[in-house]
Amino acid sequence: MSVAVAIPQSSPGQVHSRLANREPAWVRWTLISLALVFLTGFLVLPLAVVFSQAFSKGWSVYASALVESNALAAIRLTLLVAAISVPLNLVFGLSAAWAIAKFDFSGKSLLITLIDLPFSVSPVVSGLIYVLMFGLQGWFGGWLADHDIKIIFAVPGIVMATIFVTFPFVARELIPLMQAQGTDEEEAAIVLGASGWQTFWRVTLPNIKWGLLYGVILSNARAMGEFGAVSVVSGHIRGLTNTIPLHVEILYNEYNSAAAFAVASLLALLALVTLALKSFLEWRLHASITPSK
Amino acid sequence: MSVLRKNSVLPGFNLAMGFTLLYLSLIVLIPLSATFIKTASLGWGGFWQVITTPRVLASYKLTFSAALIGAGINTVFGLLIAWVLVRYEFFGKKVIDAIVDLPFALPTAVAGISLATIYSTKGWVGQLFAPLGVKIAYTPLGVVVALTFIGLPFVVRTVQPVLEEFEVELEEAAASLGATRLQTFLKVIFPTLWPALLTGFALAFARAVGEYGSVIFIAGNIPMVSEITPLLIITKLEQYDYAGATALASSMLIVSFILLLAINLLQWWGQHRHTKH
Repeated sequence: MSVAVAIPQSSPGQVHSRLANREPAWVRWTLISLALVFLTGFLVLPLAVVFSQAFSKGWSVYASALVESNALAAIRLTLLVAAISVPLNLVFGLSAAWAIAKFDFSGKSLLITLIDLPFSVSPVVSGLIYVLMFGLQGWFGGWLADHDIKIIFAVPGIVMATIFVTFPFVARELIPLMQAQGTDEEEAAIVLGASGWQTFWRVTLPNIKWGLLYGVILSNARAMGEFGAVSVVSGHIRGLTNTIPLHVEILYNEYNSAAAFAVASLLALLALVTLALKSFLEWRLHASITPSK
Repeated sequence: MSVLRKNSVLPGFNLAMGFTLLYLSLIVLIPLSATFIKTASLGWGGFWQVITTPRVLASYKLTFSAALIGAGINTVFGLLIAWVLVRYEFFGKKVIDAIVDLPFALPTAVAGISLATIYSTKGWVGQLFAPLGVKIAYTPLGVVVALTFIGLPFVVRTVQPVLEEFEVELEEAAASLGATRLQTFLKVIFPTLWPALLTGFALAFARAVGEYGSVIFIAGNIPMVSEITPLLIITKLEQYDYAGATALASSMLIVSFILLLAINLLQWWGQHRHTKH
């Protein structure tokens, strides 16, 4: 291995000319440039403009947009919604993956497809289905109104819509991972006398922790950033039912662009942190699967 | 439920399966069927009447054609980006590889306002096109830009693993048999990428058809011209036209389900082909 690596390093030109699967340098650099131009126009500039606009009127405007009371209320609500929906989907993801990956039963692929379903539903429709259930005109609307319970245009509706759009993340990360790891270790633990929960906490959980974290990170990013579904059920009541993305929309539509981008920069930072953690976890995950193979 | 299960020494099947099915039904299945039941109360005639008004038809036309163009652009550039990331070495490659997933991580509302800012006639990119008489933001072109952004990672991430596993020996064999580089690409490499490309295209298209947040800020939202179907659902809701909104939602759900089926078939085909090699 080390010898094979050492040779091309000592004479790169020679090796390149020998490789049949190489394009000429001008083709390579044209392709790389094209890809970079495209990525700049569609990814780098949109990210850069968030920060450039956020600070366009200086630090004090930036800071005051973030500490303003409606912005703080939006931040609190977003954190609350993520704090409820992510753990619920985490428990669901664990139980779905346990049933699907560790046991054989008929209809398994149908179940996996149904779990993935929320990803193929438009965000607007994801919100609408809860309006049809719990809105004034909905199935339970009359009953809820009689008992003075508000779900739509209130926090419970926002939580439900968020749970729906982040539903598959943890499960779809864990199912293939736990399928790849098989059941040998758990079976050994049970045979040696461990209880079911002991096996889960001491054997399964340590094996899947990186995949679990990966699913949680993605699901958290979506929960905090969801716009379409939440916008249908929220009612946009300032200080009460506005999440961070909805607050950004309101500021932007009021032509308060610097404040809109200042608040948006929080979400952009969240996206960058998510991407960094994701890359790190992919590296860890790769390491946790490779040795067992 | 335990009737379905084959023998296993592991415990917890009934609990895990029971909770999974309960949660799935409460959060996903019952609310989704509510939409279809509500639509059914309109009757076929009522449903048809709602989804064939000129304004709705114009929104379908825009939504589907912009999604198609966006997914098409992403297929070409997704292949290019995957190729460059797998085959070439250049400065900043790791960062580029990570940033490809930005559309998954960046909230759609943020993407919407920043794309609208960049592609408006005074924006960083829009001002390059303005002298040519091309307006991007607040026109149907803006919709295409937003849907291209939102679908960007799909083709890259479906093609990349296939390219990584591609056996270089096949290319060397083609070259030693006298094929030019272009012939090798078109006749040896491209055919193995085909299922992944189609899957990525379908995923990007499915995502784009339902997209809302990134589009509404850049689209201009003019009825009959630049109004997408998801926005029309919201408009109907705001006018308390619940039946109309539900009918439109059902039509979009049907399209989503057909696309989901197509994607599953494509993935099955891709894996099936893959195991034969």
